[in-house]
Amino acid sequence: MKKSKLKGWLYLLPAIVFLGIFMVYPLVDVFVYAFQEGFNFASQTYKGVGWYNFSYVLRDPYFLQAVKNTFIIVIITVPVSTGLALLISLGLNSIKPLKNLFQTVYFLPYVTNTLAVGLVFMILFKKTAYTDGLVNLIINWFGSESIDFIDGPYWAKMFVMCFYTVWVVMPFKILILTSALASVNEDYYKAAKIDGTSKGRIFRRITLPMISPMIFYLVITGFIGAFKAYSDEVAIFGTDLNVAGMNTIVGYVYDMLYGDSGGYPSFASAAALILFVIVLTITVINLMVSRKNVHY
Amino acid sequence: MTTQNMQVSQDDLKKIEQRARVKRVTGKSLTYFFLTVWGLLVLFPFYWMLLTSVKSYSSYNAEYTPKFWTAAPTLANYRAAFTTVPLARYFLNTLIFTVATTLIMLIVVTLAAFAFSRLEFKGKNLVFTLFLALMMIPNELVIITNFVTITNWGMRNTFWGLILPSVTSVFYIYLLKENFAQIPEELYKAAKVDGCSDFRYLTKVMIPISAPTLVTVIILKVIECWNSYVWPRLITDDPNYYLVSNGIQIILFLIFHKKIMAGVSRGGTKG
Repeated sequence: MKKSKLKGWLYLLPAIVFLGIFMVYPLVDVFVYAFQEGFNFASQTYKGVGWYNFSYVLRDPYFLQAVKNTFIIVIITVPVSTGLALLISLGLNSIKPLKNLFQTVYFLPYVTNTLAVGLVFMILFKKTAYTDGLVNLIINWFGSESIDFIDGPYWAKMFVMCFYTVWVVMPFKILILTSALASVNEDYYKAAKIDGTSKGRIFRRITLPMISPMIFYLVITGFIGAFKAYSDEVAIFGTDLNVAGMNTIVGYVYDMLYGDSGGYPSFASAAALILFVIVLTITVINLMVSRKNVHY
Repeated sequence: MTTQNMQVSQDDLKKIEQRARVKRVTGKSLTYFFLTVWGLLVLFPFYWMLLTSVKSYSSYNAEYTPKFWTAAPTLANYRAAFTTVPLARYFLNTLIFTVATTLIMLIVVTLAAFAFSRLEFKGKNLVFTLFLALMMIPNELVIITNFVTITNWGMRNTFWGLILPSVTSVFYIYLLKENFAQIPEELYKAAKVDGCSDFRYLTKVMIPISAPTLVTVIILKVIECWNSYVWPRLITDDPNYYLVSNGIQIILFLIFHKKIMAGVSRGGTKG
């Protein structure tokens, strides 16, 4: 017994070592950095301990813009992508011919370099001196004016951003939901059919409760993922997100650390901690809601 | 009287049946229409990427209105991509990074998943809960310190600096653990009776049985490596590091898509 006890830890050792160095230790470090005031990266010294970094970050207009952008992206893309994925999965589940083809096509974005596809989106939406871009061409067909989606008004940029984000996150959600739908026991549907239950009622009373754990899983991970949005923004608007007014919280952290204004690990840590508190709060709320509503 | 009634209800029945059939056909067509629209939305950027890549520079710039096809496809852009930027070098970098990371991760993750699913030791549940808690922490929160750590170790612009931070994944440990836990306990006991060591049992029984899930983990990890952007950009001063391997990735996916789908959905529904 004693031997096998040691053995368990032995098998876990590599994972614990790596997680310890690259996950747990940094967490301690982030706390320390965030509360050190006037930290100088070159000399590794600081003036005092306190909340100054947080108040600086919270008053920084770039950070506030980043928070606003992040929240808009989260609030729009999580419900839209989850709902759309549910609709598509229901559709996929109800057909037989071509089902595999559709499934394969839908999973394609998951395996591609999102940066490269982001550049394609940029080209499709961009309006330059030479060309209005493909999307504007289609808009013109419907008799409307061209809009610059990449350097134009805020709502247009946000639209491209949300559209692209949804496009990127769909494959995984569709995959999870189709497999969840496929694993619902057929007998429930048969019983409901015999009882003459209507389609809407079958969906609400059988399908939805049965796949609710996976829906909540997707909502929770969707929130976490959307709050972490950054590389998709870079793909479309380039690395200088502050100028484009499209920065996100993670982008802000990144800029503070390494961008043109970089070299401020204290501010970056403070912003990162603020983000962590936001994500944690929302995840806890999500978990509480799901515990009430999820049917196992 | 009764026969007439019967007649009427027969007619009604036919009408109802027909209406139901029309409804069903409309529903099916709508479903297919909807699915096709999304399929086109997914495929179009890829088509456009391919199209732009075979257009010559002058014809690309000459189009005030973008065209949906090109009359004279050219491979010049591919040649340029391989000659102007050291694309072959980047490609090799990405390949080494991906293979090494995936291999090391596989060992770490398999051992941990085995410990969680089969071995008994004090504090196992506590450790597992802690592992799960780590899953919730956004990567960006720890990236700052990892950057400092790697810099202090003098590993910037080295492969170790790229590889080491991404060799553990709680997400995959969890996935594998669920899969291992499904293998009947009796097999383990029988192996023990026959004097089979734990490690031998892991390599000779569990890994072969869980091969599909392992393949899925490998493929997902390879995709993840290829798509990683923030960390390589931080740790190597080379912004072009990541843009290399799209074509190969898609080919890989088309070859393995059945295995990916099967493995992921198996893991996904267990949760």
